[in-house]
Amino acid sequence: MPVADPEGARTGYVHSYETGGAVDGPGVRFVLFMNGCQMRCQYCHNPDTWKEKAGRLQTVAQTAADIGKYAPFLQAAGGLTISGGEPLLQAGFVGALARRVKDEHGLHVALDTNGAFAGRLPDRWFDPVDLVLLDLKHIDPARHQALTATPLAPVLESAQRLARMGMPLWIRYVLVPGWTDDEAHVERMADFVARLPTVERVEVLPFHNMAAYKWEAMAGSRYALADTPSPTLEAEARVRACFAARGLETA
Amino acid sequence: MDIPELHPRLESVLHEGWQGFRGEVWKRQIAVREFIRANHRPHFGDASFLQGPSARTRRLWEAVAGLLRQERERGGVLAVSTETGSGITSHAPGYIRREDEVIVGLQTDAPLKRAIFPKGGLRMVEQSLAEYGFAPVPETIRTIFEHYRKSHNEGVFDVYDPEILACRRSGVITGLPDAYGRGRIIGDYRRVALYGVDALIAERRSLKGDTDGAEFTESVMREREEIAEQVKALEELKIMALAYGFDISKPAANAREAVQWLYFAYLGAAKEANGAATGIGRITAFLDIYIERDLRAGLISEAEAQELVDQLIIKCRIIRYLRTRDFDALYSGDPTWVTLSLAGMGTEGRPLVSKTCFRVLQSLYNLGLSPEPNLTILWSTSLPEGFKRFAAQVAIDTSAVQFENDDVMRPQEVGGVPLGDDYAIACCVSAMRVGRQMQFFGARANLAKALLYAINGGVDELTGVRVMPGLTPIKGDVLDYDEVMTRFGQVQDWLAGVYVRALNAIHYMHDRYAPERLMMALHDRDVLRTMAMGIAGLSIAADSLSAIRHARVKPVRNAAGVAVDFEIEGDYPAYGNNDDAADRIAVELTEGFMARLRRHRFYRNAVPTQSVLTITSNVVYGKKTGATPCGRPAGQPFSPGANPTNGRDRNGWIAAGFSVAKIPYAAAQDGISWTASSTPGSLGKTPEERIVNLARCIDGFCNARGFHINVNVLDRDTLLTAMEHPEAYPQLTIRVSGYAVNFIRLTREQQLDVITRTFHASC
Repeated sequence: MPVADPEGARTGYVHSYETGGAVDGPGVRFVLFMNGCQMRCQYCHNPDTWKEKAGRLQTVAQTAADIGKYAPFLQAAGGLTISGGEPLLQAGFVGALARRVKDEHGLHVALDTNGAFAGRLPDRWFDPVDLVLLDLKHIDPARHQALTATPLAPVLESAQRLARMGMPLWIRYVLVPGWTDDEAHVERMADFVARLPTVERVEVLPFHNMAAYKWEAMAGSRYALADTPSPTLEAEARVRACFAARGLETA
Repeated sequence: MDIPELHPRLESVLHEGWQGFRGEVWKRQIAVREFIRANHRPHFGDASFLQGPSARTRRLWEAVAGLLRQERERGGVLAVSTETGSGITSHAPGYIRREDEVIVGLQTDAPLKRAIFPKGGLRMVEQSLAEYGFAPVPETIRTIFEHYRKSHNEGVFDVYDPEILACRRSGVITGLPDAYGRGRIIGDYRRVALYGVDALIAERRSLKGDTDGAEFTESVMREREEIAEQVKALEELKIMALAYGFDISKPAANAREAVQWLYFAYLGAAKEANGAATGIGRITAFLDIYIERDLRAGLISEAEAQELVDQLIIKCRIIRYLRTRDFDALYSGDPTWVTLSLAGMGTEGRPLVSKTCFRVLQSLYNLGLSPEPNLTILWSTSLPEGFKRFAAQVAIDTSAVQFENDDVMRPQEVGGVPLGDDYAIACCVSAMRVGRQMQFFGARANLAKALLYAINGGVDELTGVRVMPGLTPIKGDVLDYDEVMTRFGQVQDWLAGVYVRALNAIHYMHDRYAPERLMMALHDRDVLRTMAMGIAGLSIAADSLSAIRHARVKPVRNAAGVAVDFEIEGDYPAYGNNDDAADRIAVELTEGFMARLRRHRFYRNAVPTQSVLTITSNVVYGKKTGATPCGRPAGQPFSPGANPTNGRDRNGWIAAGFSVAKIPYAAAQDGISWTASSTPGSLGKTPEERIVNLARCIDGFCNARGFHINVNVLDRDTLLTAMEHPEAYPQLTIRVSGYAVNFIRLTREQQLDVITRTFHASC
């Protein structure tokens, strides 16, 4: 899939934003949800952001102005997190926005991405980005393909490339019973993550099926996980311990 | 400095109680603030010094918890002293567990036994007694009030005019304190501890002497009579304390006496006045000076200091008044608003944070959760980090504290005088300089209903009865913004006039028939009075006007031509999304109504103010208001206070808070209330992160000049479970528009309202 005009897009499709998010990066944040995603994760909790053109078309200036209203607050409390959807599908818009927000307000900028397209962007694209929240779905190529309908390799390559660039990383791993909780797979994932030198923390996110209503509202898609339970606290603890055993900070 | 000179006799009261205290000004004049300035030591550290409850405190609270359970089982009222009208000396001393009480004093001769206040109105007393299944008042009391003594309630209804009655009936003005005590007056109870009662009596007599030989005009005579009554009240206070074995004629000599003297003063006031909200004031820095002196002298330990505070808090938790069911529907959960204000900054830049601020908050851990006292943290971005963190932690753990912006209040001039650094909050959000300023509480006008009157030509949308004379309904299929605004202006002009008339009547009669003698004895003579009016339905009115302006709104009229519903075509910007297109309407409504109020004349030259606060009456207001042009169906609760309409704030809670913060305090000097709810998990991943994040959020809101934030950190599931199994959650506390309530004591309707309200998914 192409990453069009990585430098200059002036408009982008925005799903919504949320002020006051405190679980998507450090502190209290303005979380911007971009539209469009190439992955089709079975457990996705924002399937309403999949289609790019379903969003509201906004200019960089408009979006930056929305964020700017909170600049003093965000400077003290946290910053901006650009999420989605997959924000790198609109890398031109996102890059321009990140630069602008950084230049105008000096905000801490975090990028919440599945990583698959990060490899195609030039290093300087990442200059205004302070932190990447990297969502790793699965360590096994076949399982990854089954879970997300996309290949694993570009994701891992991106992770290694970001680490080489010195980009601070928070790894996010969604724990889904029956899908991502296999012990051997988790061990392999932890091995991979432990070899990325810039990882600051690993967030193990327990799956919940509260997005079922969003899936139901979408024609033509089936929510395979409607009856999947949330992981037990023990399972969560076990997976965290697996990362922690490799010296990784977990949350 | 406008501190009144004291009678020379006070100087001779150089009591041992003052040993080691610095400063001179406060020794020559009644000037508690100067005493605090000269002796306060800020605490810049953390909470690690705090101690748990003493064995005595634990036993005492256990006894109280048992009584509270019985009170709930008994339907909300445990016992009533029906034989005796309440007064400072009306009841024999009462105890909970005498051997464990370090601080003593109850409103009647037994804990949770409520007194009656027939001076306010016999009818309400009888109604309350009947509703809660108690015997009627004895014949003697009935005879007194039927034949010999007029009540406040009677006086008010003697002067009300037909428009006031019509507005009261329709609910366009609701909650007027004409059938209950007005409250929201804070005596400077610290004066009793610092000076002793004799010096205060001497001061009053000296003030009365000022008009000896003066022309006896009506105002001079009123003042002389009031001072004479205040002296009597102070004498009675001494007698009340003596009955408990304490001579409070002289200053308190140590920390325990300071707490006890102060509490006696508060108790006397609470026994005399049937105030809806009876705040205790800003007492932590004051008491801390005594506690620190005793700690330094080795007279008490930290555990004993905590014990004093815990035991005072226990007493504040069991203040009770007998109310009608109607009152409970408006102000749910049996609140008394024993509001205790703490922290804040001194005007010279020193934080007024003391260890006793921490000790007061610690009581929520030592005794468990409680809605009372209404702990109100005067927040400044300049407060020490250690305190900010502890306050945020307590808010997260308990949902039992509220935050109000000291940086906004301190410099705010009310009646030409800045609030400064010795104001306290009465009720929920009403700031007043302690002992120097009081308010005439005035409930609120329903702006959403007023807007419907503009559309329907003054006819009530629910009853079809004409309430406002001389207005014709708006014709046409689609509402025109300019036409609606013109009519709405006319309705507000009229409504402001009716409202002010009602309040002037209420407070004239309250002063006359149910004066708060002791509270006013603990004020300066030349007190600044405000007339504290209020508005409800701000978000509904703002959204409705935004809809009329930005979308197409078609009234659906009934056979009588009254718009009973509205069809909306298109989208409109809603208040609460930090979008000026809608928020400016809310700002203009607030400023506009305030400007209309200011055009009137006020009883005793009171300075008019207004609040954007509903307490829990948002439910009743909603019930009494038909469908509104914003798309809200008839009967649906309003959002509380200045909150955006439930569910219309779509961009998260910071955006909502920024919208609320646009309402200027200058146009709502009686406070602007915002309640935000959150789940623990959405504030951050770890307890540490949650504390830091919440503290930063409050800083950010205050930087944006937000005025008030009630923070609830709760899971929706917990509330649902508590509704079904109240017995398992006896102390579950939740903040509702300016105060905290025991969740299980809310009406079911209000419980559901709280649960439906936006639980912000993040933060």
